[in-house]
Amino acid sequence: MSDPEGLNEADELSSGSISRRSFLKGVSGGVAAAGLMTAGIAPATVEAAGGGTTLGPGASDLTLIVNGQKRRTKAEPRHTLLQVLRDKLDVTGPKSICDRGSCGGCTVMVDGESVYGCMMLAVDAAGKEITTVEGIAKGDDLDPVQKAFIEHDAQMCGFCTPGFVISVRALLNQNPNPTMDDVKSAVSGNLCRCGTYPRVFEAALTAAKLQRGEV
Amino acid sequence: MADMQPWGPRPLSGTDIQRLDGADKATGRAKYTFDINLPGMLTGRILRSPHPHARVVSVDLAGARSYPGVKAVLDLDKKTVRYAGEEVAAVAATSPEAADEALKKIRVVYEVLPFHVVEEQAMAEGAAQIHPSGNVSEPERRQVDEGDVTAGFAEADAEIDETYRVPVQTHCALETHGAVARWEGDRLTVWCSTQGVMSVHGDLVQSLELEPDKVHVITEHMGGGFGAKFGAGVEGVACARLAKLAGAPVKLMLTRKEEQLCTGNRPSAVMQIRMGARKDGTLTAFESSTYGTGGVGGLGGIPLPYVYEIPNRKARIRDVHTNAGGSRAMRAPGHPQAAFAMDSAIDELATKLGMDPLELRRLNSSAQNEIRLKQFDIGAKEIGWERRNSVAGSGKGPLKRGIGLGCGTWWGGGVKNTFAEVEIHPDGKVDVRSATQDIGTGIRTVMAIIAAEELGLPLDMVRPHVGDSTYPPGRASGGSTTTPSTVPAVKWAARRAKAQLFEKVAPVLGVPADQLTAEAGSIRTTDGSKSWAWQEVTGQLGGSPIVVTAEFESGFSSSGVAGVHFAEVEVDVETGRVQPIKVVAVNDCGLVADKLLAESQVNGGVIGGISYALLEDRLMDPGTGVMVNANLESYKVAGAMEMPEIVPILMDMPERGVIGLGEPVAIPILGALANAIYNASGARVRSFPMTPDKVLTALGLV
Repeated sequence: MSDPEGLNEADELSSGSISRRSFLKGVSGGVAAAGLMTAGIAPATVEAAGGGTTLGPGASDLTLIVNGQKRRTKAEPRHTLLQVLRDKLDVTGPKSICDRGSCGGCTVMVDGESVYGCMMLAVDAAGKEITTVEGIAKGDDLDPVQKAFIEHDAQMCGFCTPGFVISVRALLNQNPNPTMDDVKSAVSGNLCRCGTYPRVFEAALTAAKLQRGEV
Repeated sequence: MADMQPWGPRPLSGTDIQRLDGADKATGRAKYTFDINLPGMLTGRILRSPHPHARVVSVDLAGARSYPGVKAVLDLDKKTVRYAGEEVAAVAATSPEAADEALKKIRVVYEVLPFHVVEEQAMAEGAAQIHPSGNVSEPERRQVDEGDVTAGFAEADAEIDETYRVPVQTHCALETHGAVARWEGDRLTVWCSTQGVMSVHGDLVQSLELEPDKVHVITEHMGGGFGAKFGAGVEGVACARLAKLAGAPVKLMLTRKEEQLCTGNRPSAVMQIRMGARKDGTLTAFESSTYGTGGVGGLGGIPLPYVYEIPNRKARIRDVHTNAGGSRAMRAPGHPQAAFAMDSAIDELATKLGMDPLELRRLNSSAQNEIRLKQFDIGAKEIGWERRNSVAGSGKGPLKRGIGLGCGTWWGGGVKNTFAEVEIHPDGKVDVRSATQDIGTGIRTVMAIIAAEELGLPLDMVRPHVGDSTYPPGRASGGSTTTPSTVPAVKWAARRAKAQLFEKVAPVLGVPADQLTAEAGSIRTTDGSKSWAWQEVTGQLGGSPIVVTAEFESGFSSSGVAGVHFAEVEVDVETGRVQPIKVVAVNDCGLVADKLLAESQVNGGVIGGISYALLEDRLMDPGTGVMVNANLESYKVAGAMEMPEIVPILMDMPERGVIGLGEPVAIPILGALANAIYNASGARVRSFPMTPDKVLTALGLV
């Protein structure tokens, strides 16, 4: 496999003249892939002249840690985490709604932080702990957030629910005693069209109490 | 209400019962159409016209056919496209990326035609004709002319004449339209994101010329519809055809851009209203002139004058065609537009008369509307109506608060052709089935409640099933008719199944069937002398369950509701920003089936209204004829930060039977918000969305 553009890019970098295009390619092909190497990825790659690794354009092996399990698949560098979860691994809790970071339906936790799955490349998630709505219950024992969502009817059609549940879960991980304003802020990146917000707020506050063992 | 049937004991209905599929939804187990992944499944995509109006001269599919990964290509045989986004061709390929690339290889030659995307331009003298039957129509049946308007205005001591505007609103269902289609020989299975499994079934049977029993439609869960998801749609039919051509299952879910562009909307309306009243507050005359556009679809009705009783009334309505995505039914079609204009106009007239706007409404709601009059009292008390500013905008500021109210009405009755089946098994478990679907209101749970209550069983003995076209034909989720149609069908089926059970076991129990009753998980004699556990009795059925199918009949439902919402808002008179603080929503829906779920619907209606009133605006570029905000970041919908405290108050009126609730709860909030903004700040904003610039303009600050 040859990638003359990749080599040119290295030349550009070494000569100090960085075009926007080569900069972006350098970031995605070099820095990101360098991170991947440490995460145990074995990409179908070429060694770029600068010493970085270039992925793609085809699919390469990718291992993701999803809800505590190692999942092996093949993905292209352009595939988002959301695409790989849903289309390759059949983890369909995170929803594809806007596919551009405006609705929060695809919210998952990556190393404990809430992240829009549509705004992260799958290759960048390699080696990190990915938690989806499917992964927060302990067997049949639902997570307090899930219990509270059911109790308060914080869901109607339910399509936005997995994203809301994860946003609230991520909030409670960081702040076990949130105020109403904290809750609103935590879910302000999630859209619901049926109009369940007031009950999402109630559920989040109840979940916090459940978690603290107060109810 | 003479034909109402005795309901019987209500151990379950009217209480707070959790959604039975709540855990499925909260854990991600619930599978929506978008989540269906089948082995060997292809991705379908649709090529759409970039031009708002054009003749399709030729379509060359060769480039797409030969593109790697492409398995099927379809020319949709369009002669003319009439909005930017109309479907032209479709492909199915082994990956979404390949399908997207293949679309670019399709060569379409268009002859571009003149277009209009702005109502006033399409209506102008000499405007290019963009619709075969003319740009503007004035449907006879929608015009109103009653009494003597001239005489009515002559009687009036005060009148107002103002124009209210609402833009086009899009449904924004979070799950886009689409389907997954799989053929096995000549049998077709389609998973579809729809609010009508039976209407999709009918569409596919007709479009593909198939025998009805060869088509199976499944909608286990669906991610919102709001009126836009009744049929299979171009995308659903194309999906099935692509799957047939490719010999492989196809998933064709629209992208967000397509969803916002092409799958329906609530039409715009420009409503000029002249209305007069005597000094004592009696409304004497009403005259309106309305026009609006549903793009390439119709405007439908805008029911003006709305709600209040006025003897002399005249309403003209004109339907304007534009080159934009077509309208579809959207939550209470026509009513929200009318409610905003009418309730604003009533308040403006009250100001002229120097009257309390609540009092003016009371005066013009006749005694026949007893429920609405009660709702005025309940709501006024809860919001603290006496706290409102007696002079608009008289608070200290710059954050000024005010209170307003608005009204609404809807029918929401049950309809024939709605069937449900109840099956009592020998082990005592009960299955309830109907080919309806859960749009989010919780019909699954409601069906289980009704059957369990009629059979005197705990809820966990009943298993409800919806979303499958092989079940007895059920109701589409529209017109707030699902619950009032389905509940009676389930109630009758359960009642008859129970009667059959009693007949069968009477000889064994040694008690005549008419002296048996089912309650609290047991079967008892009516005199209370003997009692058997439910399972003990059903065990007598041996190998044959009791199966009864019933159609909707009158007796357990009625029609016609009011609705009054009070809103308190805070207006920043320096920035024009409006923050809803509190909404008291008083609604009736007859017998409340599930209080928890019904209140969720009230919240949803109020929030939809806040979004429409304050944020939503479909923007068309007049120069290019394209929609510029076909997404969810520049087409704004309400989020967590816009939320007020919402107090839903439902009047449980079991004597009326069940009545639908989804639509009436989305109406009264609109006038309430506009009037609250005025009461808070003195800004009379006559145009949605009521954004800061409009508030500041109304205050004379910009």
